[in-house]
Amino acid sequence: MVAVSRKISAGPVFPGAEMASPESIITVKGINKVYPGQVHALKDVDLDFPAGALTTLLGPSGCGKTTLLKIIAGLLAPTTGEVLVKGRAVTGPGPERAFVFQDFALMPWATVLRNVAFGLELRNVAPKERQDIARHYIGEVGLAGFEEKYPHELSGGMRQRVGLARALAVNADVLLLDEPFSAVDEQTRRKFQEDLLRLRETERKTFLFVTHSIEEAVYLSDRIVLLSRRPGRISQIIEPKIDRSGSPDEIRRDQAYLDIVEEIWQGLRQFVD
Amino acid sequence: MTLFGYRLPMMSSLILWCLVWELVGRLELVLLFPPFSGVVAALFDLVTLQKFWGATWTTLSTFCIGMTLAIAVGVPLGVLMGRVKAAENLLGMWVNVFVSAPLSALVPVLMILFGMGEKTIVVSVFLFAVWIIVLDTQAGVKNMQPSLIEMAKSFGAHRPALYAKIILWAALPEILAGIRLGFIRGVKGVVIGQLLVSIIGYGELFELYSRSFLMEEFWALTIVLFAFALICAELIGMLEKRVEYYAGVRQ
Amino acid sequence: MDARIDDVVAARLAAEPDERARSRRQLLAWRLASIALFCAAWEFAGRIPINLAFPTFLETVEAFGEMLADGTMLRAYFITLQPLVIGVVLSGIIGVSAGVAMGLRKSVEWVGAPVFIVLQAAPVAALIPMVTFIYGIGMTAKVISVCLLALPVIVLNSYKAVANVNPSLLAMCRCFLGNRLQQIVKIILPDASPVIFAGLRLGISAGFIGIILAELLITPTGIGDLITYHRAVANYAHMYASIASIIVFSALTLTLLQWVEVTLFRPEKQR
Repeated sequence: MVAVSRKISAGPVFPGAEMASPESIITVKGINKVYPGQVHALKDVDLDFPAGALTTLLGPSGCGKTTLLKIIAGLLAPTTGEVLVKGRAVTGPGPERAFVFQDFALMPWATVLRNVAFGLELRNVAPKERQDIARHYIGEVGLAGFEEKYPHELSGGMRQRVGLARALAVNADVLLLDEPFSAVDEQTRRKFQEDLLRLRETERKTFLFVTHSIEEAVYLSDRIVLLSRRPGRISQIIEPKIDRSGSPDEIRRDQAYLDIVEEIWQGLRQFVD
Repeated sequence: MTLFGYRLPMMSSLILWCLVWELVGRLELVLLFPPFSGVVAALFDLVTLQKFWGATWTTLSTFCIGMTLAIAVGVPLGVLMGRVKAAENLLGMWVNVFVSAPLSALVPVLMILFGMGEKTIVVSVFLFAVWIIVLDTQAGVKNMQPSLIEMAKSFGAHRPALYAKIILWAALPEILAGIRLGFIRGVKGVVIGQLLVSIIGYGELFELYSRSFLMEEFWALTIVLFAFALICAELIGMLEKRVEYYAGVRQ
Repeated sequence: MDARIDDVVAARLAAEPDERARSRRQLLAWRLASIALFCAAWEFAGRIPINLAFPTFLETVEAFGEMLADGTMLRAYFITLQPLVIGVVLSGIIGVSAGVAMGLRKSVEWVGAPVFIVLQAAPVAALIPMVTFIYGIGMTAKVISVCLLALPVIVLNSYKAVANVNPSLLAMCRCFLGNRLQQIVKIILPDASPVIFAGLRLGISAGFIGIILAELLITPTGIGDLITYHRAVANYAHMYASIASIIVFSALTLTLLQWVEVTLFRPEKQR
């Protein structure tokens, strides 16, 4: 029931965007990122992200996984190489991508409702309409009844739910999540992971997920991209075909799940001092 | 900012402003500004004056005494208010009132209580500087990690050691920031005090220059004061940077 | 969704008003005790007396009542407050716009910031006598005195607030396709506003110092006149009453401004 397929390279390189496989929504081509001071953060990264899948970028801290995510988001410009989203080259943030921030990035002076509706507010959607949409997604992430609260009145986990609802509300095709659970305690984190799996089923979006937690990656992902230490490059791509029909606890006790976790750890431990 | 590919240093625009000043002075646009070159010439004359050095000595000595007193009182008071809730509750309000109060109004009182001499200046330096030192020290002590105190206690530190080896050091970045701000306020205190007393130190010179309309000399003296204030603030700022490395780790 | 945790949070939120009311009562009690202690210490020091020119607290209060009753106090405040209000409003408008411009544009920062850094660290008060001699003893000189002291801190606070705006919120705004104007109006200004307001408060307190200094140095008017006059005729209780009143007045003004800030601009702080 479990198969681990492994590719050392990142799949075929496409000569042009229009020829990209219909399955892949994001194509990363020959990305290098050198920060001032000759810090080589990413080296020759080629990747495809299949549409509708949850792909995780996993690696030791400082491997450039967040850098890669921010390049895809259009927040950072790569030194060389390009990113294609739905066949178009990325020059900045776009409506087809939405970002969930590690530190939540909620406006402390705005209510939950306004925070969630903020992406629509920036697009000049009429107040009534954007509030209706925001209310829907606040319900989706389980925060119904907290619309008029302010971020500082919420727990860390609830704040990140607001961040997630905000990203969902703009109806982007791709959700980029930058270590969304790193500032959240372990119990909340588990619950959040389960909710994320459920949301994936209902929302049918492409998820790109950055984490440093092996368990989290295996539990959530269709595909795990392992990055090596700086300069970050792709060291392995793993597709954990785990049967997620069981309860969360069953999955977490599943032998296949545990095997993949162990295997990734063996692959990564060389990078840990 | 960059110009033609060169990065211009932050403070370099001051040169530009000096040129503007010179221009404004030459064109006699504003009565307040004589040409900058004249001010510089007056500055060289000023430093040869016996009277200037006498005034500098008075100013410096009163300033130093006042500041020493402010630090000696401010830091312990701040630590007390940071550690004892009752002290904070009783005194906090007054410290907050006085830190932003128009203390210049108090100088006439000081002149009555302490006479028209150096004592009054010392007390005004003290009054201008002490409150911000108290406030920042208190903030530093209150914001320190409680685990540091627990650590010291679990290793058997007694009260004096706890204060001398842990609390003072943990709050040092804030204390230094308070002292730097206190310095800046203290310089204002020494100037305001001397202006109002007006018969000693720079106050006497200011009075003389402004009464006889000696603009260039007046500005020269002002520049000396500004430079002194800036250099003091910079020096403490450098000291602050040196302790910042562990202040940064605290977060 | 997360019933257990939400319940806990909801319970905490429900319990808060009670707790807050209690802590507010406690704070008030401490405030009153603190004021009583201060007044008692003053009264005691006046009774010893530590100095012949040091009136007791009760004498001072009496003098204050007297000056309030015969209208001298109100007239003095009317005179003092005019240049103060004009100066502070001018400094506020000019200072905040200049500071925000410096925070937003590197070129403006290069030109402007050093001047205000120097003015902020330097004892600008030294310039007041000169200003008086040039602009006479009227309104202009007083307004300039207030601006000289109030402007630098307002400018620098606004500048620092805008320059140090939360980078994560800026990235968020970019991600959700905010343009530059939206970024400034919806993120930068709200995020910077607490520090800008702190600067305004510091500016007002510097303005008070400036106006009193101007009134003491320039031909005595307003509160400065009350202080100088009663000192000259050795009416020490009246002199102290004038000084104490201006200090209390400035403290109340600053508290009021803080209240206005919270009510109008910080809805989240009211909970």
